[in-house]
Amino acid sequence: MIAASVFTLFALALLAPLVVRVAGRASGWVLALAPLTFCAWYASNLTAIGNGAVITPDAIEWVPQLGLAITFRLDGLALLFALMILGIGTLVVAYAGDALAGHPQLGRFMAFLIAFMASMLGVVVSDNLLLLFIFWELTSITSYLLIGFNNDKEESRRSALQALLVTGLGGLALLAGVVCLGLVAQTFEISEMLERADEITASPWYPAILILVLLGAATKSAQFPFHFWLPNAMAAPAPVSAYLHSSTMVKAGVFLLARLAPVLGATTAWTTTLTILGAATMLYAGVLALRSVTFKRVLAYTTVSALGTMVLLIGTGSPGDGALAAFILAHAIYKGGLFMCAGAIEHVTATKDTRRVTGLLRTMPLTSIALLLGALSMAGIPILFGAPAKELAKKSVTATAHADLLLAAIVASGALFTAAALIVALRPVFARHPHPPNPADPAPTTHKAGAALVGAPLLLGILGLVAGIAPALFIEPLVRASTLATTGAAFEATAKLGAVPLVALKWLIGPSALAVAIGIALYALRTPFGALAERADTVLARIAPPALYQYTLDAALALAGWQTRTLQSGSIGRYIRVTVLGGFVIVGALVWHTDATSAIAPAWEQVKLFDGALIAMIVLAALGAAMVRTRLAAVAALGVAGLGITLVFITFSAPDVAMTQFAVETLTVLVFVLAFYKLPQFRRLTLPSMRIWELTVSLLFGLGMTSLVLIATSESLAPTISTFFSENAAPQAYGRNIVNVILVDFRAADTFGEILVLALSAIGISALLKLRTQNNNDNATEAAQ
Amino acid sequence: MNSVILRTTTVFILPLLLMLSLIVLLRGHNEPGGGFVGGLLASAAFTLYVLAAGAKAARHLLHVHPITLAGAGLLFALISGVMSIVAGHPLFDALWTDTKIIGQVKIGTPLLFDIGVYLTVCGVVCAIAFQLSESAEDARDPSPDEADPEGGTL
Repeated sequence: MIAASVFTLFALALLAPLVVRVAGRASGWVLALAPLTFCAWYASNLTAIGNGAVITPDAIEWVPQLGLAITFRLDGLALLFALMILGIGTLVVAYAGDALAGHPQLGRFMAFLIAFMASMLGVVVSDNLLLLFIFWELTSITSYLLIGFNNDKEESRRSALQALLVTGLGGLALLAGVVCLGLVAQTFEISEMLERADEITASPWYPAILILVLLGAATKSAQFPFHFWLPNAMAAPAPVSAYLHSSTMVKAGVFLLARLAPVLGATTAWTTTLTILGAATMLYAGVLALRSVTFKRVLAYTTVSALGTMVLLIGTGSPGDGALAAFILAHAIYKGGLFMCAGAIEHVTATKDTRRVTGLLRTMPLTSIALLLGALSMAGIPILFGAPAKELAKKSVTATAHADLLLAAIVASGALFTAAALIVALRPVFARHPHPPNPADPAPTTHKAGAALVGAPLLLGILGLVAGIAPALFIEPLVRASTLATTGAAFEATAKLGAVPLVALKWLIGPSALAVAIGIALYALRTPFGALAERADTVLARIAPPALYQYTLDAALALAGWQTRTLQSGSIGRYIRVTVLGGFVIVGALVWHTDATSAIAPAWEQVKLFDGALIAMIVLAALGAAMVRTRLAAVAALGVAGLGITLVFITFSAPDVAMTQFAVETLTVLVFVLAFYKLPQFRRLTLPSMRIWELTVSLLFGLGMTSLVLIATSESLAPTISTFFSENAAPQAYGRNIVNVILVDFRAADTFGEILVLALSAIGISALLKLRTQNNNDNATEAAQ
Repeated sequence: MNSVILRTTTVFILPLLLMLSLIVLLRGHNEPGGGFVGGLLASAAFTLYVLAAGAKAARHLLHVHPITLAGAGLLFALISGVMSIVAGHPLFDALWTDTKIIGQVKIGTPLLFDIGVYLTVCGVVCAIAFQLSESAEDARDPSPDEADPEGGTL
């Protein structure tokens, strides 16, 4: 069923455009049925997996030589992510059907979205690390397609490329890390690596593995200093932001770290790096969130900040610590809902700016409720699920060596989250007039928000509320299952998640209330604070990765431009020189390397008088072709050289080759006559000084080719092959002409390739000539006018 | 090219050359020759006809588009290779019958393959020759309708 869920979704992605064409406006609802069904199946395993069961279907061999097999494994962590992917996925697909209703490319969008869902599900249920990596890369590619979905906008295309390059680069590092890890562990199955965790952390490769895996995870999960791609990725349509860039894809890095924590996590290096990385991202992005004014950007920076918190929690995690699972779940629920609200608001009011949207309580009451529920959960106000999740996070860091420092960081991030929640929800919902007033505000659209556009975020908001009030309903088993999978010890849930009054009381007297108070103060002072953050960020941006990314990109483009101008100059002379000299360097290296000087030494005593005369004739003809001053004489001289070579073939008893050479020479003359009228005036195009250089190039080419032939024939391999052919041609292939038997029988596949190239080149030549003819015709028409 | 001698002789030479090319193709397996040389000879025959009577007449004579000819050749070669797979052998493994035609020539997939090579080579060279000639005509005479009859000195 696990494999079926992944591959059925991939198949559905292919069919999505068809479904959209048939189902029309209802297509979102229809397509959402598939993830809903699978979600129900995964949810049905909740109790069993919460009690420590693990579902492992039989492995399917794929590339056994590489250790790549299709093995899936459903444990608590995988189940937690699978339910988020499919549950929020169901809502997002339905939501997208409304948000992009009537869009001409809705089918394509749904195909990308569902393909992403399948890839993401593959990431979390894979047990084979290589398989996981393949799905990982698929999420990068589908994400690229989704961010760049509005491909008529340059911003979309640039953001999509940026996301792809950053995550793709991290993906390469991850691949290297995965391969190292697999070689050290001698298996690619994560479940088997768990048993060899001690060997792996003790291996000399461990630091390299750690750095490479961290690079992969940090780029994917937008950790500082790779965070910059995520806010830019908000160029994507709202369903994509809600799904990929808050609740699922960006959590893939977090997932990978959580998945590998039992394998790699038992070292100080791991704990320290993850704690610092997570804390830095959490605070830096939290500050940047206050600087932003559009809904999606504020939410994007708080997402980066939340991802930092998750990485921090993996670093500080201890057995039985349910903070990570609770925080991931809480974040997915409220952030998915908030992004959906932002999309719905933009859909109706045509505004992205938090300062311009007002009075939503009257115009969009249901969306307002969803927005408030999400914002309150983000701020960590009790009875919403965000509060206990934050309490667990605080509890998690108090168990570490630098408890005070980390606790202060968590409180600070709580304050920043509160301020961000106020930015997105307070004024837009309650204010009556935009601030500052601007008569140029776009008029609200006449769009009505569809059922899914309002219902999906509202459902997530209510889910956050239910989870906060009655955690035992579904949150507790999930957190327990996931905690067991990542930390190896069970989570005693009831004491920490359960009693609402207890949580509320602890909240009021604890640091959380302080965080909210600071957050409100920050919100009031957000203009000067934002300006300060802006200035700091501008200074940092000059040296930090966004600038570095731009420099690298510019440098790569400049290099490509220089190389193209140098190699593809459009001058035939230059092409020939580059090719010939390149070939000579390769052959020269070969001669040097094989030390084949003895083979190249000519055996003068074997040269007969007739051969000598023939060669003298060819050389003279070649010289003549290069020196004569009329085109016809040059062609005639070339013909003499060609026929001379034909004679050489005959002398060495190769009638077939001679025949072919003769036919080619004849055709050359015929084609020359055809083209005669078209050719430009016969001129010397090169200066005398250049001619010496060209002579040198020609001589080098001749020298190189001669050496190559001499080396090739001197190898002892050659006689064996020709003996084989001459002995087997007649009995096995019923032919006495060895050359032909080789061409059409022994090496028929080679010949087929050659004639294929021949046919393709004819099509190319046809196109070139046709283009020229057309240009001539156009010019003639213009001249006539 | 407007030469009475060339035009008259081509009428006789063309069929002879084509027949020769077929002979070269069929004898190829045992004597010097084969599909490649055969194809070159056949295309030489057509190129000669282009010189004598023009590309339009040559296209008419060839009846099919030269690229179609090349494509058909590729198809023949491919079929000859795939037949061995159907028969359970590796790709491009030769299959032979005991039948012989025209004296010595045995029937088998290599013969089909060689015919494929012949057609491809002939099609490719004809395509280039026809088009070169046509674009040469254009270069000489950009708009035939408006050409000055008195001014044609070529």
